[in-house]
Amino acid sequence: MVIIELFSSLTGGCLVKIVVTVKQVPDPNSSTVLEADNTLARDKEVVLDPGDECGVEEALQLKEAHGGEVVLVSMGPEPAKDAIRKGLSMGADRGVLISDAQLAGADALLTARVLAAAIKAEAPDMVICGTESYDGSTGMVPPMLAELLGMPQLTIAKKVEVDGSTIKVHRQTADGYQIVEAATPVLISVTAGIAEPRYASLKGIMAARSKEIKQIGLGDLGIEKGEPAETIEGLSQAETRKAGVIIQDDGTAVDQIIQVLVQAKVL
Amino acid sequence: MDFQLTSEQQAIRDVCRDFAREVVAPAAEELDRNHKFGYDIVRQMGELGLFGLPFSEEYGGAGGDFLSLCLAIEEISRADTGVGITLEAAVCLGAAPIHDFGSKEQKERWLPDLLAGRKLWSFGLTEPEAGSDAGATKTRAELRDGKWVVNGAKQFITNCGTDISAGVTVTAVTAKANGGRPEISAIMVPTGTPGYHILESYRKLGWHSSDTHPLSFEDCAVPDEYLLGERGGGFRQFLHTLLGGRIAIAALSVGLAQACLDASLSYAKERRSFGVPISKHQAVQFKLADMAMETEIARTMVYRAAVTYMKTDGETTDEARMLAAMCKLYASETSKRAADQAVQIHGGYGFMEDYPVARYWRDVKINEIGEGTSEVQRMLIARLLGC
Ligand SMILES: Cc1cc2nc3c(=O)[nH]c(=O)nc-3n(C[C@H](O)[C@H](O)[C@H](O)COP(=O)(O)OP(=O)(O)OC[C@H]3O[C@@H](n4cnc5c(N)ncnc54)[C@H](O)[C@@H]3O)c2cc1C
Repeated sequence: MVIIELFSSLTGGCLVKIVVTVKQVPDPNSSTVLEADNTLARDKEVVLDPGDECGVEEALQLKEAHGGEVVLVSMGPEPAKDAIRKGLSMGADRGVLISDAQLAGADALLTARVLAAAIKAEAPDMVICGTESYDGSTGMVPPMLAELLGMPQLTIAKKVEVDGSTIKVHRQTADGYQIVEAATPVLISVTAGIAEPRYASLKGIMAARSKEIKQIGLGDLGIEKGEPAETIEGLSQAETRKAGVIIQDDGTAVDQIIQVLVQAKVL
Repeated sequence: MDFQLTSEQQAIRDVCRDFAREVVAPAAEELDRNHKFGYDIVRQMGELGLFGLPFSEEYGGAGGDFLSLCLAIEEISRADTGVGITLEAAVCLGAAPIHDFGSKEQKERWLPDLLAGRKLWSFGLTEPEAGSDAGATKTRAELRDGKWVVNGAKQFITNCGTDISAGVTVTAVTAKANGGRPEISAIMVPTGTPGYHILESYRKLGWHSSDTHPLSFEDCAVPDEYLLGERGGGFRQFLHTLLGGRIAIAALSVGLAQACLDASLSYAKERRSFGVPISKHQAVQFKLADMAMETEIARTMVYRAAVTYMKTDGETTDEARMLAAMCKLYASETSKRAADQAVQIHGGYGFMEDYPVARYWRDVKINEIGEGTSEVQRMLIARLLGC
């Protein structure tokens, strides 16, 4: 009995390789600027997507508990290396950057195809993605990626448990969570609540200098760009919020407020 | 000429900035009010690797450079200069002399704990009757039966009296003047050595979250291998130690000046008078503009001095000495003006402890005194000019 338990706790959680997809995005603390073609201006302060930072943290915690290697995969222009480097400083082992001029303005499908090709070459046991990127916010890349990789997807995970080759997640819902499981290899999209990202230690920052970031282009993956599946046709400003009405209480305030609410069809 | 930080330096600055904002700043007011040493913060700083930042990996350091240390001290001090001086003194005055002058055994014995922030080491140079004139040291150490026996007193010593203080390096006269200067050597005294007394902590105007005590030594005996560096090398060693310390403490001043600007700018945009935010009054704008400009000049001076110091590789060149004195002097006086104007911009609220600028104003004065007064810096600059 004891032996079996020991055995299962040993195999209990063996992960060989975790890939985390990471993206460099404009700093959430700065204002959004669009280029003439409606794509985001990326020439300003950029950071590792805060959602991906949580993904990296979760992967590192899984690695600490179960062993294995954490590989960061990113698609982006060359400066996106900094986002990978940030994850390496936190403790990830190495990175892959797919960078190609043809990828500028890539839509979700092209992004997923590119990432899938790069991830396939890594043959991981687990892929961790943020639920959606901070900037594009389509939320489409993780499911597309799972499909292209032929992996089951466990989405919106706020907790991950590893039991041998079975991965169980707590899937966040509006009023609670579901427990969903699948066998490895598996793709998981995680919520920001899954893990508080650690500070990159100063030793980690210095050590990251000598960790590998492999840079590849579309040609290396054997992918043709093709026609985009989506383009941005137009864009309009969200309606600015109108100033509220201030009602002085001259004794009829309650009636006035009710009228306003009736007009707004709230009552 | 390229004024860009390397990507590692930027990454180190950014992580220190986040850490300072999220961990150090929220605790600053309480530590200040209760005159408490931030053990929990120091522990976390240790885990982050701050105490080992500029040292080689061999003894558990992070292998960063001296400029990175200055960036870290600047960011931490922007949140709390009391914590900033704890770090500065632990690294530049405590660990660095052991790292730079210690024997292999001394380094192996002490550095791993110090560089991890588990323990703090302090540096005792100043005495009741020897401050600016550090060569006037009265503390004596005599070699008796293979032991250094120390007698004397030290004053205003940072980091010596905490629960994690492991010891102090004291400068002491080890042979009488033979015509010229007396022979001064540095001796390491571990906490708990009989005859080593850590007296009650000072009641300070500022830096309440830092630890400062007077020390006294009464027939305090340590083994002769506790001599740090060569016998008679004390004077040269502390000049070297103080050179790095000066640049690092200038970085602390820059952090505080920046904190004054941060607080003043946000207050000036919120506080209204005569129908507009006070940031719309030219008199207030000019104060903010001056603060921003002087802080940036001071920062540039610190970085330049740090890079020059890094290049000297242990040698104290005249250029490094000049730049260190200039940046220490300029940054401390800049922070003083900034704190003064920050209180002014806050009006009556600036006099209240509800806003951090009152603390900045109390904390800032020491910048013009510690690690060489402004007068001493001017003397050094004038001497290097050939006066
Ligand atoms: C909070 C705090 C922490 C400290 N931490 C440490 C520490 O960890 N280790 C340590 O060794 N020391 C430490 N010090 C001591 C500090 O470095 C000294 O206070 C400083 O060097 C000044 O020395 P003093 O106080 O003796 O002043 P003095 O030397 O007595 O100076 C008094 C005044 O005379 C001026 N003066 C002196 N000589 C001249 C001259 N030749 N020409 C013109 N003006 C002159 C000075 O500029 C000053 O204005 C600390 C001090 C404080 C307040």
